[in-house]
Amino acid sequence: MNAVQMTSMQRTLTTLGHREPDRVPFFLLVTLHGAKELGLSINRYFSKPGHVVEGQLRLRAKYRSDCIYNFYYAPLEVEAWGGEVIYSDDGPPNSGEPLIKKFQDIKRLKLPDIGNTPCLEKVLASARMLKEKTKDEVPIIGVVMSPFSLPVMQMGFDRYFDLMVEAPDLFWDLMQINEAFCVNWANAQLKAGATAICYFDPLSSTTITPKDLYLKTGFEIAKRTLARIKGPTATHMASGRCLPVVSDIAKTGTAIIGVSSQENIREMKIACKGKLTVLGNLNGIEMCRWTPAEAEAQVKHILSGAGAGGGFILSDNHGEIPFQVPDEVLMALSEAVHTWGRYPLDWVTDERGI
Amino acid sequence: METIVNEFMQALLSLDRLAAKRILENTVKKVAPMKFVEEVVAVALERIGAGWQDGTLALSQVYMAGRICENLVDEVLPPGDPDRKDQPKMAICVLSDHHKLGKIIVYSVLRAGGFDLSDYGVMEVDDLFQRIQKEKIEILLISVLMLPSALKIKLLKEKLTASGINIKLIVGGAPFRFDDRLWEAVGADAMCKTASDVISVIKTIMGGKI
Repeated sequence: MNAVQMTSMQRTLTTLGHREPDRVPFFLLVTLHGAKELGLSINRYFSKPGHVVEGQLRLRAKYRSDCIYNFYYAPLEVEAWGGEVIYSDDGPPNSGEPLIKKFQDIKRLKLPDIGNTPCLEKVLASARMLKEKTKDEVPIIGVVMSPFSLPVMQMGFDRYFDLMVEAPDLFWDLMQINEAFCVNWANAQLKAGATAICYFDPLSSTTITPKDLYLKTGFEIAKRTLARIKGPTATHMASGRCLPVVSDIAKTGTAIIGVSSQENIREMKIACKGKLTVLGNLNGIEMCRWTPAEAEAQVKHILSGAGAGGGFILSDNHGEIPFQVPDEVLMALSEAVHTWGRYPLDWVTDERGI
Repeated sequence: METIVNEFMQALLSLDRLAAKRILENTVKKVAPMKFVEEVVAVALERIGAGWQDGTLALSQVYMAGRICENLVDEVLPPGDPDRKDQPKMAICVLSDHHKLGKIIVYSVLRAGGFDLSDYGVMEVDDLFQRIQKEKIEILLISVLMLPSALKIKLLKEKLTASGINIKLIVGGAPFRFDDRLWEAVGADAMCKTASDVISVIKTIMGGKI
């Protein structure tokens, strides 16, 4: 089977079945580089779904990625709730002043109407166009922020921590409305053409939330939410660590875990064996200063630690490649996985336990 | 003191403000408040920071511990108290971002450690340059969440150098934790991997003058 050239979709589905495809799938999660390809400012690039479609198709052709990433920017969801988005010339749009200023504001939140919210409609439009152009040859990845993690942008990290301690009833009210939005938003993207949903949940990482609190909050929220999303999901920790809770994450119904560069990829692969496909874990920040040779060495290091046996997708650790990463480094990553990622990974000498 | 540190740390990690306060009140009956701050509060926060760094503790615990300590220390050493440290003029800010958590934690750690400093909130490079010049700041602590904000520190450093302003820049935040060479690349004098590093970093760059 692995002597035959697979499509990106076949390659991804095979690795998700914990079997070896023709080579290691490569999910290059580029967003802002699309603006560079089209010669547009970041603000203008995200203003029209056609730009994102063209950008994603060009980036895939150039770097031979195994997915299309229909992700615009993280604060898109707070924009839908009426929050502020601040554009930058050299980085992802960022959330502005929190829209929840006092805890009691939670009571006044109004669930966004997905079909009548222009910023969300752009994403759905590009999902439809991408599906039309790529058919089922490549997975199209849609994105949602988890109900548990979204409040960081809705109200700020510090106030959110305070909310959990000082006003637990309002915390659960917020979770209820956020869960409803997350499910609606994910299902709208799936209906429009997304193949799978990436559920960003950095708050559930042990970097941010202790395990006992996670089990009472992020874990239960993810179980409920993912069960109502009508398609496959990948949970991404956006650089946060999660090894101590990875067996719990597997019980939430997700298929993939996006892991931090601060994790030992081999230990993570062993912990996930047969339960979750591991996605990761190239360091996106260091990548800005890598040489092509360093990029190749990093790819080889990760493949040797986690590639054998399938159940693995090469990607970055954060779920978004920084704008500052040079094209030659992205090209070197692609070359390296196409050269060293072909199964069987004969050059890897120690596959014990993977 | 070791037993007190352990009990105090346990109270912080359990978010038990009352237990932490009881330990403080009982201890300052026997020792000077500043001794409690230096030998109990600072040590407990340093261990909690180290726990975050090695993955055994979470950021929410670091944050809550810092806030509890800041409030407690303010009770025994109010702002401007003569027992607070004789220190360089310091300020802290978030550069070009509305995510303030890192700044809040560092501010709490320093206040809980007996330091005074100005909180500039969210700043952009030009306004920040003017303000530190006007207020003759000697140490500036900059917190960032995103890479473009981290890269703006280089612009600030260039302006400071061009104007001949001698100030120490201490940086921290996610981009620096994921690339341990970035702080030098942006021209900072030091980097804190965790908020609790900040006191020892300040002491080091001031050459033991604190």
